[in-house]
Amino acid sequence: MPETRAHAHPTVGTYLRVAAILVILTVLEVGVFYVPAFHVVLVPTLLALSAVKFALVVLFYMHLRMDSRFFSFLFGGPFLLAVVVLVALLFLFFGHFTLRGAAGGGGAGG
Amino acid sequence: MTHAAAVHHTSMGLDSRKMAFWAFIGSECLLFGSLISTYLIYKGKSVVGPYPHDILNIPFTSVSTFDLLMSSLMMVLALAAVQRGDLKWAKIWLFATAFLGILFLGGQVYEFTSFVREGLTLQTNLFGCTFFVLTGTHGAHVTVGVLWLLTLWVRALQGKLGPAQALTVEISGLYWHFVDVVWIVIFTLVYLIQ
Repeated sequence: MPETRAHAHPTVGTYLRVAAILVILTVLEVGVFYVPAFHVVLVPTLLALSAVKFALVVLFYMHLRMDSRFFSFLFGGPFLLAVVVLVALLFLFFGHFTLRGAAGGGGAGG
Repeated sequence: MTHAAAVHHTSMGLDSRKMAFWAFIGSECLLFGSLISTYLIYKGKSVVGPYPHDILNIPFTSVSTFDLLMSSLMMVLALAAVQRGDLKWAKIWLFATAFLGILFLGGQVYEFTSFVREGLTLQTNLFGCTFFVLTGTHGAHVTVGVLWLLTLWVRALQGKLGPAQALTVEISGLYWHFVDVVWIVIFTLVYLIQ
């Protein structure tokens, strides 16, 4: 049965408003980078701003917001897997615990 | 019906080309995920310079980022023009998108050249190796996108890009916007979080 969910794309006005928000967020990112007062929260702030920009492009310019949910699944599944792999690798290389340590067995070797 | 669009519906009622392309974009997420992971794992482990804070030019890359964001806007405007059958504006926006892509590539060539002059090559250290592989792979994707857009622009010049071909433009747009979102992530993780 054909997909019944609406496939209407956003209007030109919406595209322009999204572009304006993207520019403002990019200016904020660069601003946060240069203002020393923000350096305490630099990483979470930049990650949050980047995530919002990412979501705006994917939802409005790539039309995932109004397109079939199956496309969201095709994109979101591998994207989440990539994020999980990245976080797991960072823990693996930079985490300060080991399976042996977590189990409470033995001291540090070597 | 003189110009029947070639519709290839799956049993779900979705266009098979669009579905295949979303699956391809999903696989690209894993490719760039692995390259970004590699960059982050080796971050700060170079034993010789130049190091990221010595060499990365944030103002210059911010302009490149702005350029790529604007190219995404041009791309959706081109799609909107094709969908309403406005060939004149479709040609303008498609060329503008490709032109901004070429500008981005020019900036990347300038950046890579200046880095090599300052002593950072693929073999210099872990930073050089992972940085050039990650941003170079992205640049290769931008190059493919520019060639694709120029092909569409030539078809528009020939008058062969009407509303019946809107899906072709939409799929090329998906690729272009994906290249843009990858750069959004690279700009933050590589350039701003040093």
